[in-house]
Amino acid sequence: MLSGQEDSKNVLCARKSGKGVLAAPFRLLKTNRLGVILTFAVYKRDLPLNATPTERIQATDGYLGGVFDIESLVEKLLQQLASKQTILVNVLDTTNQSYPISMYGSNASNAGLEHVSLLNFGDPFRKHEMRCRFKQKPPWPWLGITTSIGILVIALLVGHIFHATVNRLAKVEDDCHKMMELKKQAEAADVAKSQFLATVSHEIRTPMNGVLGMLHILMDTDLDVTQLDYVRTAQASGKALVALINEVLDQAKIKSGKLELEEVQFDLRAILDDVLSLFSGKSQDKGVELAVYISDQVPQMLIGDPGRFRQIIINLMGNSIKFTEKGHILVTVHLVEEVIDSIEVETESSSENTLSGFPVADRRQSWKGFRTFSQEGSINPFSHSISLIVSVEDTGEGIPLEAQSRVFTPFMQVDPSISRTHGGTGIGLSISKCLVNLMKGEIGFVSIPKIGSTFTFTAVFTSGSSSSKKYKSQQINKMSNSVSSEFYGMRALVMDPRPVRAKVSKYQIRRLGIHVEVVSQWKQGLSSIRRGSNAINMVIIEQEVWDKYLNNSTLFFDTLEKIDYGTPPKVFLLSNSISSSGANISTGVCNMTVIPKPWRASMLAAALQRTMGVGNKGNPCNGQLPSLSLRNLLLGRKILIVDDNNVNLKVAAGALKKYGADVVSATRGIEAIELLTPPHQFDACFMDIQMPEMDGFEATRRIRDMEHNINNRIHHGELSVEAYNNVSNWHVSILAMTADVIQATHEECLRCGMDGYVSKPFEAEQLYREVSRFFQ
Amino acid sequence: MDLIQLQRQLVDYRTSLYHEGFLDEQFTQLQSLQDENNPDFVVEVVSLFFEDSERLLNELSKALEQQIIDFKRMDAQVHQLKGSSSSIGAHRVQKLCIVFRNYCEVHNVEGCLKCLQQVKHEYGIIKTKLESMFQLEQQILNAGGSIPV
Repeated sequence: MLSGQEDSKNVLCARKSGKGVLAAPFRLLKTNRLGVILTFAVYKRDLPLNATPTERIQATDGYLGGVFDIESLVEKLLQQLASKQTILVNVLDTTNQSYPISMYGSNASNAGLEHVSLLNFGDPFRKHEMRCRFKQKPPWPWLGITTSIGILVIALLVGHIFHATVNRLAKVEDDCHKMMELKKQAEAADVAKSQFLATVSHEIRTPMNGVLGMLHILMDTDLDVTQLDYVRTAQASGKALVALINEVLDQAKIKSGKLELEEVQFDLRAILDDVLSLFSGKSQDKGVELAVYISDQVPQMLIGDPGRFRQIIINLMGNSIKFTEKGHILVTVHLVEEVIDSIEVETESSSENTLSGFPVADRRQSWKGFRTFSQEGSINPFSHSISLIVSVEDTGEGIPLEAQSRVFTPFMQVDPSISRTHGGTGIGLSISKCLVNLMKGEIGFVSIPKIGSTFTFTAVFTSGSSSSKKYKSQQINKMSNSVSSEFYGMRALVMDPRPVRAKVSKYQIRRLGIHVEVVSQWKQGLSSIRRGSNAINMVIIEQEVWDKYLNNSTLFFDTLEKIDYGTPPKVFLLSNSISSSGANISTGVCNMTVIPKPWRASMLAAALQRTMGVGNKGNPCNGQLPSLSLRNLLLGRKILIVDDNNVNLKVAAGALKKYGADVVSATRGIEAIELLTPPHQFDACFMDIQMPEMDGFEATRRIRDMEHNINNRIHHGELSVEAYNNVSNWHVSILAMTADVIQATHEECLRCGMDGYVSKPFEAEQLYREVSRFFQ
Repeated sequence: MDLIQLQRQLVDYRTSLYHEGFLDEQFTQLQSLQDENNPDFVVEVVSLFFEDSERLLNELSKALEQQIIDFKRMDAQVHQLKGSSSSIGAHRVQKLCIVFRNYCEVHNVEGCLKCLQQVKHEYGIIKTKLESMFQLEQQILNAGGSIPV
């Protein structure tokens, strides 16, 4: 211990410096571990820091040495610092650089990182180092690597997705723009096509109408039979072409949404009469019975679009006629309310109970799906709307089941051969459907192949009253208005075994105001006639009854002859074809008039007129008649014309003079009053209304007052009647002459005492009509 | 020119007047009123029409030159013109009068002036045409023929 030169040198140095001194490491005795001794010099007294070495040597009292067990020192110290990782520590005495003395630690190879730290035991002459290193190589930081790679990948992916999305968006927007462009182009093309079609069709129509017009004129010229036939054929083709063009135009209009319905007052029964007459020729040729029945509850006048309504019915009936070879076609019009009520009653209608006896498809099936019926109380009670339901029932071929779903698609026909055999393009039903929808209705059908089809549609109109001035009224069929008054109250007997057909006949006859009694057996009819309590004026016999029973029977006509209460009833035969036995069959004394079917009220009225001698006489149909009649009326009459306009005066005077009247002219109301002061010789006065000083109304009022006054005075005896040409009730007929015929003017005319009005300039028929009222 | 040609010319001229809308069927009615009892009926009526119309047109021009325009009076006068032109079948004049009256009703001075010009213009035309027609007729009569209907 402490042997060795170095050690003693160290100790002596320690004495000099006052600092601790470390000896070289050596093996300790007990443990055989390496250790060092730290030697301090102990001084007698406290030395100041700047004491010289000599002073220190002098002051030395002794030495203190401490033994450091390096191993345990290091272990104990470093134990605390080692933590998880195994750290290898080497403590080396590196006083001699080239020969470090290992004091602690194994001499393992220096692999990996080494941390070198200097140790200071307090001995300035010695250097100690501590080298630390991990025993094991640090493992790869897998987690970190993986995480960062993962994050990188994710970031790349996200970036890619983002990029792709943005690209895609841009592309889609681009595509969208392109599509919009294309769509606009397509729409424009469609519109252009429709316009083109419409224009071309319109252009075609004009020369077509020219052709048809010329053909019409040609028909009026001298033609022999062959030529007439050719012209008729050409006309038929031309008309078909025009109809086709109209259909195509309609289709284009509907597609562009430009179809509008009119609101006009019209008479439903007149329209159906028209349609009936349109198809009568064809139906007679085919031997199919055509009939129309309109319920009484349907009002006389309706407001809607008559033209389009007609179009629908013509389309349906046209189809029926095309495909029906036998049996009947029945058109019925009811109010929707009537039908709803009858739906509840499930009547088992026998197939024999139809118009012609042929079975028909049950019409109730055709409106089965209608929404109008499924909703309870959907009918608005306080609007003036009238919902009609129209059915066209036929006994034709029917529509094959597989084609039924496509019936309303445009250009669809059941069979390509149809257009060859029957003509038509197949647009009709689709147009009808659109029109029905525009009329807020629905259309449906039921069809049984080989039995027949029934098409039904509903439409909504508003009720029109004849006094409504807001709507223009269509030309009311003059016949039906004027005729009904003449036969009113007469009684008719109808012989028809089929109730449906009898109902139709009853409807038509009742339009004329005639009471109807229906019998199904002719013998019953005879007893009715014989009974005689209510005189029967006419007997109407169905062809069927005639053929079966009466043709060879004289009993019937003998009975008729023997009627003793006045004129025997006239007999009419409702015949299926015109050609059967001519227009008048005479059997014995009684002449029987034949009315061809399909017949309507006006035809019956005409027949009645002919046989009974009742009706409009002198309905002027050509220009000749009025002037002759006018001449008869006006010859020698003294007439006053009052007008402030010289030209008008002269023309009116000239017109009246032509008919032989004795005309006096006046230009002012005052003059008129003077001239018409009783007593005078005038028979009538035509008075212009608009005159400057005193208008026609005022003048007439004064004239009437004057007449009234004088009449009173004559009556009371104040004036002698002889002085007044023995006339005690002066009332000269005054007619207004007006250029504007307005309703209001008419009322005003009547109010101030005028007897009528004519328009200026004179129109022969109107003049005749007015004047004939008081000149007989 | 020989008679047949004159007559044909007259018929063509008359037809053209109808076609171009100068005259309407009222003029035909007027002609039908002329017979041996009344041989100059048409000429008389038409002359009366000319006098009347000229007077009215003058008054209308004066009325429109005034500071304060009496529309009511103008309306009455146009009504007169309308009536007489309708009586002889001067179709275009009559139609213009209707338009004229509308302008009077709404007190539209511009419209009235314009209409008046148009009416004067049309009146001038129809007067010339009718006078030519009468001349033709006179020529035919002088040549010893009869006026075709």
